[in-house]
Amino acid sequence: MAKEDKIVGTSEDLPRTSWERVNDKVHVWPYLTRLEFMCAIILTIMLTAWSILVDAPLEEPANPSATPNPSKAPWYFLGLQEMLVYFDPWMAGVVLPTLIIVGLMAIPFIDVNPKGNGYYTFGERRFAILTFLFGFLVLWVWLVIQGTFLRGPGWNFFMPWEEWDPHKVVALTNVDLPYLLGFRGYWTEAAVGAVCLLAWYATIPAWYIWRRKSLVNVGVVRYAIKSFLFVTMMGLVAKMALRIFLNVKYVLVTPWLNI
Amino acid sequence: MPSLKERFNLEQMKRNIVDSQVWRSMFRHGYEDTPRNRVLMVVDNLWLHLHPTKIRRHAIRVRFTWCMGGITFLLFLYLTVTGVVLMFYYRPVGEYAYADMKYLEFDAPFGMFMRNMHRWAAHAMVISVWLHMLRVFMTGSYKPPREFNWVIGVTLLTLTLLLSFTGYLLPWDQLSIWAVTVGTNMARATPLLGHEGPFAEMVGVTPRFDARSALLGGTIVGPPTLLRFYVLHCIVIPLIASILMMVHFWRIRKDGGISGPL
Repeated sequence: MAKEDKIVGTSEDLPRTSWERVNDKVHVWPYLTRLEFMCAIILTIMLTAWSILVDAPLEEPANPSATPNPSKAPWYFLGLQEMLVYFDPWMAGVVLPTLIIVGLMAIPFIDVNPKGNGYYTFGERRFAILTFLFGFLVLWVWLVIQGTFLRGPGWNFFMPWEEWDPHKVVALTNVDLPYLLGFRGYWTEAAVGAVCLLAWYATIPAWYIWRRKSLVNVGVVRYAIKSFLFVTMMGLVAKMALRIFLNVKYVLVTPWLNI
Repeated sequence: MPSLKERFNLEQMKRNIVDSQVWRSMFRHGYEDTPRNRVLMVVDNLWLHLHPTKIRRHAIRVRFTWCMGGITFLLFLYLTVTGVVLMFYYRPVGEYAYADMKYLEFDAPFGMFMRNMHRWAAHAMVISVWLHMLRVFMTGSYKPPREFNWVIGVTLLTLTLLLSFTGYLLPWDQLSIWAVTVGTNMARATPLLGHEGPFAEMVGVTPRFDARSALLGGTIVGPPTLLRFYVLHCIVIPLIASILMMVHFWRIRKDGGISGPL
């Protein structure tokens, strides 16, 4: 009888390193099914215990005339609600979520690195992993945590030891970036703002011209999409930094839209 | 005259049951531990035949898979079962919805337990979907030939968030109505289609007829919104998600099983 056809109870029978013996297969019954079964039992016990111990929240009946302060979206959308501090709603609530979804879908088509397919590695795909982890851990998980625990009345920032004071006074000294740079006049400022924005995205063709040789197998279209998504994500970070450290409200102000 | 021991021969009784036509019509084979039977256990079972009969060794290592895809699916099943039970008691009508929540809490047998389980499983599912995506990214499993299954996965992630969001309104309390108000206020700023969005005046949308009012069935989060979200939550999105889940699982097999070193 072959080794794996015995009834074996422990994972000691499985080899410790996976990648050497590639065509080494085991039966789904019992090796996978028992794992799924155990997993299902443990999850069921945890969920049952949790549901007995902790009640789901139920507040006062819905009342459209009594707005609570703060009003918060469900916790998984608090990263987007945080974006409202830095962008107008059309950007924070519509354009950014669309870009996130489309950008995530585009990942397999813009990442041409053939390495790291089906195993854990950092060294073979540093850029991809760092970019994704930054987006996942900082822009998603951290902003959810911050929105849940550190944003109080008026969406003001409160440290964990501070009381949520609805009368907290926060000076609104925000200015637009062109004004901060010393430009005055509506259309002058609009033009300067447009130049700032174009300069930010001009890094895309500039980088292409500089590193053309290393981008040969990426291709122009793929490079354009990839770098647009990346530069936009970094632009979001830049706008957050401008707002937090320099009280900048908008970079570009026009009669139609502000960014 | 047979002895008592012969008359109550458990082995013989078991054999009589297992060999009966009724039993054999339901269960084709026993649990003998032979390679053939191990294969039959999988292919003869509607639920298990999602799996291949044999699988690469690393694919059952929890440190590789984190079990998060399976956990997400299991949570979806929990949510379906508890959700159907809740539907027996809950009416998505402005006048009744909140009262039904109270009824569930204080009167319906296991009502509060079902509601708790539904809510916590829903939160857990959002987290497990995120972790599943993180695992799939970290192992590079979206790379060829699995590109399209990643796209389906992102769609399923979005649908999970939408399921959770539409369900958030149903308790019809202050928490739900204002969370959904904050969430759907974004829609009024949709470029072109929202009445406060850029270029809205060129399209001519109004507060009553724009992207947000189509979602809410009115200009505020009111009873028509409750009904809309209920239908989306209980029928439309689960249906779409189920279909995409079938495609998702099927494609895992067609793309060569769970990813692994080439």
